Amino acid sequence: MDEIVQVVDWNREMVELYHQNRDLLTGGCPDFINSVRDRAIKQFERLGFPGRSNEKYKYLTFNNLYKHQFQDYLSVKRFDFDVNHIFHCDIPTLDTHVILLLNGFFFNRENRMTQLASGAVVGSLQAAMKEYPKLVKKHYARYANMDQEGLVALNTAFASDGIFIHVPEGVSIKKPIQVVNLLLSNENTRVQHRNLFVIGKNADARVIICDHALSDHRFFTNSVTEIQVDKNARMDYIKVQNEHNLATNVSSLYANQEQDSTLNTNIITLHGGMVRNNVNIVLNGEGCETNASGLYLVDKQQHVDNYTFIDHAKPNCLSNQIYKGVLDDFATGAFNGRILVQTDAQKTKAFQANNNILLTDDASMNTKPQLEIYADDVKCSHGATVGQLDEDALFYLRTRGIEEREARLMLMFAFAHEIITRIEVEPLRNRIDHLVDKRLRGELSRCENCAMHCG
Amino acid sequence: MLSIKNLRAEIDGKEILKGIDLEVHAGEVHAIMGPNGSGKSTLAMLLAGRELADVIEGSITFMDRDLFTISPEDRAKMGIFLGFQYPVEIPGVSMVNFLKAALNEKRKYLGLDPLSASDFLKVMREKKALVEIDSRLTNRSVNEGFSGGEKKKNEIFQMAMLEPKLAILDETDSGLDIDALRIVAQGVNKLKTSENATVVITHYQRLLDYIIPDYVHVMYDGKIVKSGGKELAQELEEKGYDWIKEELAMNGILQDKNYK
Repeated sequence: MDEIVQVVDWNREMVELYHQNRDLLTGGCPDFINSVRDRAIKQFERLGFPGRSNEKYKYLTFNNLYKHQFQDYLSVKRFDFDVNHIFHCDIPTLDTHVILLLNGFFFNRENRMTQLASGAVVGSLQAAMKEYPKLVKKHYARYANMDQEGLVALNTAFASDGIFIHVPEGVSIKKPIQVVNLLLSNENTRVQHRNLFVIGKNADARVIICDHALSDHRFFTNSVTEIQVDKNARMDYIKVQNEHNLATNVSSLYANQEQDSTLNTNIITLHGGMVRNNVNIVLNGEGCETNASGLYLVDKQQHVDNYTFIDHAKPNCLSNQIYKGVLDDFATGAFNGRILVQTDAQKTKAFQANNNILLTDDASMNTKPQLEIYADDVKCSHGATVGQLDEDALFYLRTRGIEEREARLMLMFAFAHEIITRIEVEPLRNRIDHLVDKRLRGELSRCENCAMHCG
Repeated sequence: MLSIKNLRAEIDGKEILKGIDLEVHAGEVHAIMGPNGSGKSTLAMLLAGRELADVIEGSITFMDRDLFTISPEDRAKMGIFLGFQYPVEIPGVSMVNFLKAALNEKRKYLGLDPLSASDFLKVMREKKALVEIDSRLTNRSVNEGFSGGEKKKNEIFQMAMLEPKLAILDETDSGLDIDALRIVAQGVNKLKTSENATVVITHYQRLLDYIIPDYVHVMYDGKIVKSGGKELAQELEEKGYDWIKEELAMNGILQDKNYK
């Protein structure tokens, strides 16, 4: 009973917050954004925060959030800190275009749009709404499903900044774009930013997003990212989450792929109190390929929840999903992978695997594949495993003189490594390899955890 | 070096080893032969430290130390090496990292500094040549996708890298063609010194054409029922294990109810 009252409170609180601050939220935004906001808050009023009765959120609860007060920054709030101080660390630098979001807002307010090669731009979404209204209007809120997802509706109502990337037709951005999401506050904070990436025909880009919480307050992040991958374009999207036990992070990715395009997503959860990753991909043209992978390493009382939805809307597409997790202590996890093969999507190839290692009897994992196939000439497979470390392999390593602890680490690392090998940009792969190794050894410090300068 | 006294062990209440006595000294090669299910592999696993069977009586000492109190990794560092009958595939653990970790653990135990990267590669090159193992294999994950013969060669390669005092080779000949068998056997022979010892566990005599044992023991139904020189292996090959069984039955030693 208590829980329901609290949810209703949060739902009402958000709606009231919206109406009280509508001027602040809408001011400076184009009409097309604001009319979407008004529609979104109505949808949120109807949908609310998802509860356990929602099949998609069966293993997740926001209960421990409702009893705390949160602050929402609806416009930029400055915090004085020295970026270089926070990011100083001893691992070699990774060569990337780095951009920073602080509590969901573009950090560099003086220079909010950077021109990359051949007309490609990366910058603040808020700035892009004004500078590239046609482009933003064409894609904004087109792929994210706010009619069914309460959290997407909530984000759409409130979001006023985030990252915008546009890579025009035929342009290739080889150097990875690195987005660092920093959470830093002196009070419990709710953050709702929005990203929009538009990759034009025959274009390609690589983006790595790092989520970090830098102060010991409660954070609730509800972010939405929309990606349009046009004909024959290619995008690599890597997300690394390294927050803390008081951080709740819900990130929803919505991608739309056109003919012959390729999208590689890789979601790596190293640390977070409660993490929910939604990956929704529509294969909206023939000959698309999508590789969705994820890795989660959780311990203590952490919970990590991965939801994927691959919509094979057109024929001759390939989707490949592999999610792996290592759960220690009392950690819990869930994987729900839905594959939809629509009537016309003949010759679809769709594969899914979810493999888990539980290190203790108290850790638990729920995994649920969900295949809906309406075409008759398809190749689909799915498989899930939940098990322990291979005792035979452990013994084999020990008979060669390798200490048990080290042998266990080697096996865990090997298990995780399969996901990391799917990262195609080598410096990134090496760096994440290093982070995962440190994470498994329990040596991941806050300073080193930031991807920004860590090589 | 190795002394096994009246070793009895059971698995799920069923006695698998029924009083084994064995003495192995430096410089010796012992062969333990016997039909399937006689307890050979259980013995090998116990020596390496896998507690698949519960020891109910007896002792094993190695270099005068009670093995039962020592972990598998410490046994390895003391110089015990088990060549597995079924080497384990470990995807994601590279051969190089694995060997480097193993070798450096051993060096640490001996009070030596870890090998530098270039020294390590040098050692690896030498030992690779010894067992004629392909670089293609050593660049992969441990045993992953190796053929049966490649896995066995890899065991001998690891043995060469770790230079054990006591090598226990469990059915190293099974699944090998004649060329691989010769290479594996040559590897073992080249590694033989007056300081180390080898226990070859095998079902067939053919490996013993290449690795000449000083002693042959026949294991049957959890016991060593016959010991002798290398000619015993030859005799076994000619007469088969039934010969042993008959002899035991005649002497009233065999109590196996299934044997008629």
